[in-house]
Amino acid sequence: MQIYKHSWTRFVAEVAVLVALFTLVQYAITTELLSQYYEINLNSMCINIILAVSLNLINGFTGQLSLGHAGFMAVGAYVSVIMTNRLDLPFIAGVLAACLAAALAGFIIGVPTLRLKGDYLAIATLGFGEIIRVVLQNIDYVGGPSGIMGIEKLTTWGWLFASTLITLIVIINLVNSSYGRAIISVREDEVAAELMGINTTRYKVMAFVIGAMFAGLAGALYAHYFYIIKPDTFNFLKSFDILVMVVLGGLGSTTGAVIAAIFITTLTAALQSFPAIRMILYALILIIVMIYRPQGLMGNKEMGRKTLARLWGGKK
Amino acid sequence: MQEFTQQMINGLSLGAIYALIALGYTMVYGIIKLINFAHGDIMMVGAYVGFFSLSVLGTNILSAMVFAMLACAIIGVFIEKIAYKPLRNSTRIAALITAIGVSLFLEYATLFALGPAQRVFPETAFQVTNYHFMGIMVSNKDLFVFFSAVVLMIILQYIIKMTKTGKAMRAVSEDQEAAVLMGISVDKTVSITFAIGSSLAAAAGVMIGVYYNTVNPLMGIIPGLKAFVAAVLGGIGIIPGAMVGGFLMGILETMVSGYSSSLYRDAVAFGVLILILLIKPTGLFGKNTGEKV
Repeated sequence: MQIYKHSWTRFVAEVAVLVALFTLVQYAITTELLSQYYEINLNSMCINIILAVSLNLINGFTGQLSLGHAGFMAVGAYVSVIMTNRLDLPFIAGVLAACLAAALAGFIIGVPTLRLKGDYLAIATLGFGEIIRVVLQNIDYVGGPSGIMGIEKLTTWGWLFASTLITLIVIINLVNSSYGRAIISVREDEVAAELMGINTTRYKVMAFVIGAMFAGLAGALYAHYFYIIKPDTFNFLKSFDILVMVVLGGLGSTTGAVIAAIFITTLTAALQSFPAIRMILYALILIIVMIYRPQGLMGNKEMGRKTLARLWGGKK
Repeated sequence: MQEFTQQMINGLSLGAIYALIALGYTMVYGIIKLINFAHGDIMMVGAYVGFFSLSVLGTNILSAMVFAMLACAIIGVFIEKIAYKPLRNSTRIAALITAIGVSLFLEYATLFALGPAQRVFPETAFQVTNYHFMGIMVSNKDLFVFFSAVVLMIILQYIIKMTKTGKAMRAVSEDQEAAVLMGISVDKTVSITFAIGSSLAAAAGVMIGVYYNTVNPLMGIIPGLKAFVAAVLGGIGIIPGAMVGGFLMGILETMVSGYSSSLYRDAVAFGVLILILLIKPTGLFGKNTGEKV
């Protein structure tokens, strides 16, 4: 990876592209050029991108396999719904509270479990994710096993676009910062990183908390889009869904995670009436990717302007 | 006290089932350091084979169990050859993700092939009689589960301790390279381990069918996870640990659902797991070994 020089022209061009993308889709939605079916898929795509990119920070860049991402999403979803639905606060308060609560949950879970390594950590996070679900099932205030219904639809395209963009900017910049280098060094060799004076626990917990925070954000957006939340939505199969995206895209590639999230959402939408086949495909993706391309489609490479330029112009 | 003894007895038969599944986890982990996530689903396949053998072929419960064990031994070896063997030298995370894939595959392939509906074990297969003495109820279902599990565990101990195959298994789990130098075929030993572990899971599957009376494609997930917790509790890779851990988990679960909300009984299993991982990750029977650089 290389350090990019800051350039104003590039910045302006990027902002222009993003604004154009946003207005185009917003225009298509308001004029109903984009049917409701596509709008739903576009929105789940954004939520999945946030989930996949944030899990990729934990699993891919930090190298700590977490199987409890849906648990943090659940925390975010429930806290935001309590804020808007029960306490009648504005949506922004719900979203911020969701992020904070999920980050706090990430901290509480991360500090003890991140001492564990590899497969033990995977199982412990899976356990915590399930505990969050079971606890939610037993709280009557949030409806117990049947969950909360009739949530006001507050998630708009603007919210989704901004949230996805913020997630991407924060995580890409984090990975390219000195913090990010430290995080990657933990993945590459924990003992060596420690010898270089890196406080590995601190960086692991930091990555975990940031990942959890964005999962909470995704949860809040999810809850205010689909009218209903219940604990079973956030079981470990949901965590596996996100894992499939990260594994397929490449552990340690943000663009890979985005591409895989888009691909998997499209696949899910296409196979909506065949849920069993969808899960069989997921299973095969996991097995085949691990056997034939364990680094995922993108490996730890990013797709940037250079790749696009090469594809476009055919020169290096 | 009477209530306590009653819960204890219920816990013992449930624990025997968990112990059988936990043995498979522990044996596979001991030999190739893989958490075989699909183990609970192999149990589910075993339960289905038992179910069809009872309802379609009309066999008795013991031959149903033998059929299930044979079928799952073959499936277990097959899975190992296709999915896990190519990954033997890659990272443990890669192998774990593959195992999750295999698990999802077994669940949803069964769901696709047989439908999501729950099937009830034929009543004629097992006539339930309850025995009462001193206010405690013991059914022949509990006795059947408990004693067949104990018999299987004794057979397993015999295989591991007394036979040449068992010796090879112990050698491979101790030091794979040295075992190769001694002329032991690692591939063959790993296959045998998978065959034995899967057949124990299949037996447990038939027992769960008898115990809860129903089978469904996703029935393997929760018992599988609990048995995994049992294996970790006893010290993963240690065979007596898995047996003790299984019984402890079974007793704990019946105690929790007996004395407080049954909704919490799944959370308790994970609570135990997290506690044990934080306090003594090597398990009750494990020895502490420092990490080598």
